Amino acid sequence: MERDPAAAEEPGSPGRRRRRRRRGDGRTRVVRSNLLPPPGVEDPAAGATKGARRRRRGGAQHLADNRLKTTKYTLLSFLPKNLFEQFHRLANVYFVFIALLNFVPAVNAFQPGLALAPVLFILAVTAFKDLWEDYSRHRSDHEINHLGCLVFSREEKQYVNRFWKEIRVGDFVRLRCNEIIPADILLLSSSDPDGLCHIETANLDGETNLKRRQVVRGFSELVSDLILPGYPGHHVHKVSEFNPLMFTSVIECEKPNNDLTRFRGCMIHDNGKKAGLYKENLLLRGCTIRNTEAVVGIVIYAGHETKALLNNSGPRYKRSQLERQMNCDVLWCVLLLICMSLFSAVGHGLWVRRYQEKKSLFDVPESDGSSLSPVTAAVYSFLTMIIVLQVLIPISLYVSIEIVKVCQVYFIHQDTELYDEETDSQLQCRALNITEDLGQIQYIFSDKTGTLTENKMVFRRCTVSGIEYSHDANAQRLARYQEADSEEEEAVPRGGSLPQRGSVGSHQSVRVMHRSQSTKSHRRTGSRAEAKRASMLSKHTAFSSPMEKDITPDPKLFDKVSECDRCLAITRHQEHPLAHLSPELSDVFDFFIALTICNTVVVTSPDQPRQKVRVRFEVKSPVKTIEDFLRRFSPSRLTSGCSSIGSLATSKAAHKSGSNFLSTLPNDSTLFKLEERLGQPAAAIASNGYSSGAASWAPEHTAQEQKLELEQEQERELRYEAESPDEAALVYAARAYNCALVDRLHDQVSVELPHLGRLTFELLHTLGFDSIRKRMSVVIRHPLTDEINVYTKGADSVVMDLLLPCSSDDARGRHQKKIRSKTQNYLNLYAVEGLRTLCIAKRVLSEEEYACWLQNHLEAESSLDNREELLFQSAIRLETNLHLLGATGIEDRLQDGVPETIAKLRQAGLQIWVLTGDKQETAINIAYACKLLDHDEEVITLNAESQEACAALLDQCLHYVQSRIPCSTPEKTAGNVSVGFSPVCPPSTSTTSGPSLSLVIDGRSLAYALEKNLEDKFLFLAKQCRSVLCCRSTPLQKSMVVKLVRSKLKAMTLAIGDGANDVSMIQVADVGVGISGQEGMQAVMASDFAVPRFRYLERLLIVHGHWCYSRLANMVLYFFYKNTMFVGLLFWFQFYCGFSASAMIDQWYLIFFNLLFSSLPQLVTGVLDKDVPAEVLLTEPQLYKSGQNMEEYRPRTFWLNMADAAFQSLVCFFIPYLAYYDSDTDVFTWGTPITAIALFTFLLHLGIETKTWVRAVGMIPGSADAAGPTLPGRFHDI
Amino acid sequence: MTWSATARGAHQPDNTAFTQQRLPAWQPLLSASIALPLFFCAGLAFIGLGLGLFYSSYGIKELEYDYTGNPGTGNCSACALADQDRAPPLRCSCAWYFSLPELFPGPVYLYYELTNFYQNNRRYSVSRDDTQLSGLPSALLHPANECAPYQRRASGLPIAPCGAIANSLFNDSFSLWHQRQPGGPYVEVPLDRTGIAWWTDCHVKFRNPPLVNGSLALAFQGTAPPPNWPRPVYELSPDPNNTGFINQDFVVWMRTAALPTFRKLYARIRQGNYSTGLPRGTYLVNITYNYPVRAFGGHKLIVFSNISWMGGKNPFLGIAYLVVGSLCILMGFVMLVVYIRYQDQNDEDEDAE
Repeated sequence: MERDPAAAEEPGSPGRRRRRRRRGDGRTRVVRSNLLPPPGVEDPAAGATKGARRRRRGGAQHLADNRLKTTKYTLLSFLPKNLFEQFHRLANVYFVFIALLNFVPAVNAFQPGLALAPVLFILAVTAFKDLWEDYSRHRSDHEINHLGCLVFSREEKQYVNRFWKEIRVGDFVRLRCNEIIPADILLLSSSDPDGLCHIETANLDGETNLKRRQVVRGFSELVSDLILPGYPGHHVHKVSEFNPLMFTSVIECEKPNNDLTRFRGCMIHDNGKKAGLYKENLLLRGCTIRNTEAVVGIVIYAGHETKALLNNSGPRYKRSQLERQMNCDVLWCVLLLICMSLFSAVGHGLWVRRYQEKKSLFDVPESDGSSLSPVTAAVYSFLTMIIVLQVLIPISLYVSIEIVKVCQVYFIHQDTELYDEETDSQLQCRALNITEDLGQIQYIFSDKTGTLTENKMVFRRCTVSGIEYSHDANAQRLARYQEADSEEEEAVPRGGSLPQRGSVGSHQSVRVMHRSQSTKSHRRTGSRAEAKRASMLSKHTAFSSPMEKDITPDPKLFDKVSECDRCLAITRHQEHPLAHLSPELSDVFDFFIALTICNTVVVTSPDQPRQKVRVRFEVKSPVKTIEDFLRRFSPSRLTSGCSSIGSLATSKAAHKSGSNFLSTLPNDSTLFKLEERLGQPAAAIASNGYSSGAASWAPEHTAQEQKLELEQEQERELRYEAESPDEAALVYAARAYNCALVDRLHDQVSVELPHLGRLTFELLHTLGFDSIRKRMSVVIRHPLTDEINVYTKGADSVVMDLLLPCSSDDARGRHQKKIRSKTQNYLNLYAVEGLRTLCIAKRVLSEEEYACWLQNHLEAESSLDNREELLFQSAIRLETNLHLLGATGIEDRLQDGVPETIAKLRQAGLQIWVLTGDKQETAINIAYACKLLDHDEEVITLNAESQEACAALLDQCLHYVQSRIPCSTPEKTAGNVSVGFSPVCPPSTSTTSGPSLSLVIDGRSLAYALEKNLEDKFLFLAKQCRSVLCCRSTPLQKSMVVKLVRSKLKAMTLAIGDGANDVSMIQVADVGVGISGQEGMQAVMASDFAVPRFRYLERLLIVHGHWCYSRLANMVLYFFYKNTMFVGLLFWFQFYCGFSASAMIDQWYLIFFNLLFSSLPQLVTGVLDKDVPAEVLLTEPQLYKSGQNMEEYRPRTFWLNMADAAFQSLVCFFIPYLAYYDSDTDVFTWGTPITAIALFTFLLHLGIETKTWVRAVGMIPGSADAAGPTLPGRFHDI
Repeated sequence: MTWSATARGAHQPDNTAFTQQRLPAWQPLLSASIALPLFFCAGLAFIGLGLGLFYSSYGIKELEYDYTGNPGTGNCSACALADQDRAPPLRCSCAWYFSLPELFPGPVYLYYELTNFYQNNRRYSVSRDDTQLSGLPSALLHPANECAPYQRRASGLPIAPCGAIANSLFNDSFSLWHQRQPGGPYVEVPLDRTGIAWWTDCHVKFRNPPLVNGSLALAFQGTAPPPNWPRPVYELSPDPNNTGFINQDFVVWMRTAALPTFRKLYARIRQGNYSTGLPRGTYLVNITYNYPVRAFGGHKLIVFSNISWMGGKNPFLGIAYLVVGSLCILMGFVMLVVYIRYQDQNDEDEDAE
């Protein structure tokens, strides 16, 4: 119901919906429960089912229902609508016009009905194709519309099964675990005691981690107040007794929009209270419910108004460069046609004037006997000529190209060498009409993470409090994986049909090496298969390849962790347990705690709803009001906290005996609550739909059963689902040190240690990661010390600046300083190795500090206007004065074959630019690793602090590049320190070595360089460089760079990326390639082609791109050739028939020339012909350059082609002319052989075309001239 | 829908020769050892063919005479002059004398040739009604609109045959006389005026309307002849099998010529003593001069010709084959020279690689 009261009263029809939306004066939408009598209907007692159903509809009739309709046509509207759409194509209008011209007697050239046939045929084919597409859309719509779900029915007072399409806005829907959400639903109730619900959005954005959704804040209390006034708000009751019939609140929210990350609104209850609605409350259509037994919600947006569908923009239509050029040439053809017609019109005029007065016997007067004036005759002749010569514009060209492209896409799709076994995915072509662009790419813009690298984060090394742990064993293990990989890869071609010589020798050696590690790789292949199976079963196993999970701990560090654990286990019941540890050990302990809990990793186990074992604090966290805080941190609470530690100790024995869930019993009140809960009738618990946690509290649970459960628990592997893979990598690393994250709820985190057992941290706040702060923090209450700790994890550049300034006076401060400088050194070392670095820091907050900060924070949270901004400020206030714990180095492994692919693409003449958000050092190192940068090259680094500096720097570089003086680092650096200029010369640079240059530029300088006045210089510089590396660039900058290159250099660009941050770049580029890898589907959804791996790009471009381009280019040229040649025959004839537009070729030949007589051969060659075999293309990537330079099809080749056609038509016309000169032949006896000769010549030409490609490669000595064999061939036909 | 389309399965493409584009293919490598022999063979073949064609054409005899009657070109000029101001053609005759020193081998064909006559002009060539010519009685009385302005007479009578082509029917006639000895009598050479049109034309395409009471004239009752015709269509010939629409002169004329200079077969000489050809002696062609062509600069010719396996006399094809064949051989030699000259270099290059 939009806010438009007058309209709401109208008995609107479904068709009115659109009009209403357009009117859209209200900015919000108001949703009411459909179960309530609609405001317009006075008599709610109209009890009949039918009436109720109507009423049910009446409530939300004017809003989109949940029926999905992506079809364009209905049975009735198909013909007019489709025709209308087809006539948007100019060519169709043209051909229909020509055909209709035949109905004018004075100018007609053919039988009118016959002339219409080809264009009708083309229209019919296209219409049929559209119909078929529409029908398949209809079928899939139908399927989705008839999915079932539970909707609350007013009549039956319970949830009943209904189809998706029957859901209306305002309906109450009940969803169970693993069900797909049918519409955008506001979460009102969840079986989860905290009102949480997890959803997986893989269908929407491809992110496989679980997202948390929450029951409307404040709604739960309110409802329970409503239902059970006076009852102390307990969640169990609230959920079990949520009755949609009692829902009388009104929801006001935004109009439907496509912003997935935003939802605003409020719920107005009967008592006038308002509750804010955020995106955390909204379940989006297309997502899947996970880890939650059941949820109930009210439908807010349905059908086409859901965010998922508003985001679905349908298939993309791009026009390829070749097609643009072709259109231009079609226009040339039109011009040529007009010229030819004009020429013969003038000729006819003169001819008529010459012969008319002379009472020529062959002159035919007008039908009324009067003589035709030469001008009129010329005009008629012009029009007739256009009809006769219409063959020049290839009517079937567009259709043929479509067909060929579809076939090309099919072949690309079918290529087994583009199939990735591991992920069971093959290349997807999402855009059907730009296959030939693949053969013309000049610039590749690549993302780094996940594109060049696997985006499988592997923990490599770490440093804690200044000591480096190199994890050598871990490195060896990774190396082994790599070998196993290469082993498998080599095995694949051997198994295939292609004989692989040359590699036998290397094979042998790999074999030997392999045998020594047979056990390891066995496991590897096993787990690979397992991973594959798992990924086939469900997609939420993304970041858990075995490589990331198994981490071999560093023995030294492992000992230290164990020592901490032991010590703490002994001293845990003492006053300050951590004080007994040395500073280093305490840092180690904190480091691992931070690794484990400073993240948003969700712990799950496959295929089971989460077992919830919770320890209750009396106040729900996060802290909501200052009173809460006071209550919570009152002295009594503190003592009870101590007692909790006491009780911890007592429960330790029990814990060891196998209670996996019962670790801490914080205070008496919780115990009391427990008893209270146990006292409830079991039925009530069961009716909640989640007996999980509570059931295990039941007294009849014997210790034996618990033991059994523990065993199951251990068998059941915990799985960590993280929003970014490095988080998971860190958690897995910590687990390798026996510091395992076992449970995470929104207010507590449990960590299990071998001696300490399960530690449960009260999670006070989580300050999520954002790209500006580049860090995240958690605020927790430490169960051992009861202190409030902040653990921060973030990029070293920011975290190092936020550390507590340490005085150099005392020993401790000096020690700290030393640690920091050591850590910084190690960080640099890691960066050189190409590792991603993260700093881990900690801050201990006093109660006062916390209280002070909390107040601000709560204000920020409750603010309505600029909540995000305030929360950001608040986070910055908290993350200061940090104590450095250590740093980690995570390896993002290069994908298989990336260096080789880059080398090949380079050879193919492609410029590769890497645009990454990573920091400069990491990016440079990855670039070296993947051979993008070479140690022999000079690297120009542009780091400027200001616009002027950037300009100066660019000038300098340009000057340098132009003068080609060897790099003189010292003087330049000296002169430009102030502007941050640091030309980096790799040490190995020698003046004699190749002067190839590379450019490295950081995000800030890039921003300056992309300014209007500098972009030309920047581009010029970049053009001189072999490779360009842009670090720390934002998604917008990425797309700006692509756009710049595309528009300024007029170059064909390809952007490849895997993540959401690459989407803009992918969309801007001529060809967008998405990697269907780790980071979800957003890039893939935006892309034209989706490949599983970067290395497939090589084959896609060098082989398929080349083929597609040369096939299409040749086919298009051939079309022009064929038609021009045929029309040429007719045109030459005009010189011998008084330019009277008569034709020696029968009209059937003329009309069906394009459709029947010359359509198939070039389709076959266009689809199947290979100018160069794939192996040659791959070994000689230089061949790709022919596509880049448009050698097959450029304006010159077009005109050459046309000249060739003119020449051939001359030959084909004049040889019969001379052969039949002065004979008694009649028009058609003479014209039909000409047609036959022409058709034979077409075939022969095509045959020669197919061969000449081989010749063009230069494979034959003394490349014979092309005219030689064609000429005798032509005569031969006579 | 995006989320229903991602069903997992075995996505591995089929590994067949077709899908993997590995269909067995032949890529001709035109190396010197193939290209050179090819060129030489083709060249020789063309030269052989060309010689054959040329000699065949050379052996064909042709005798032609322009009887348009331009001033000072013979005794037809009088008729031509008369033709200039008199609209209805005057019955004028003229003659052409020629002598054959030796036998003109048969079979001999007599053609008339018109130049500068655009029978292929579009408005002219569509001006006919094929339905009428196929003898359909209804079409006979209702000629198609294409025939306009020769569709109906001013009196309203439909014209049969209608259209500009029929109206402009060539109406000169020839008779051939032979004088064996000088001073001897002229004997008329029988001209076979049948069998000059295509069999399909006069048996399928052109049919007379069904006879009425056994009379063709009655069948054409209610129609008028074309304005230029002095007599109706059923009186074109006294031979009942060669009159009306199936009159072979008419049929030949109706098959429009491809080019503005064209010949049409007038008669075949194959009867009696003349079946082997025209024997030596003096001949006289008596021409009934009716057809006006001088107004538009046309010419009328009379042509005697015999034919060979390749048709009429035309040296062009032979010459063309000879030229192309020689070119092939020439190119072959050039390439051979290039090949020999650069062969060593290539070998060196390959060695260097």
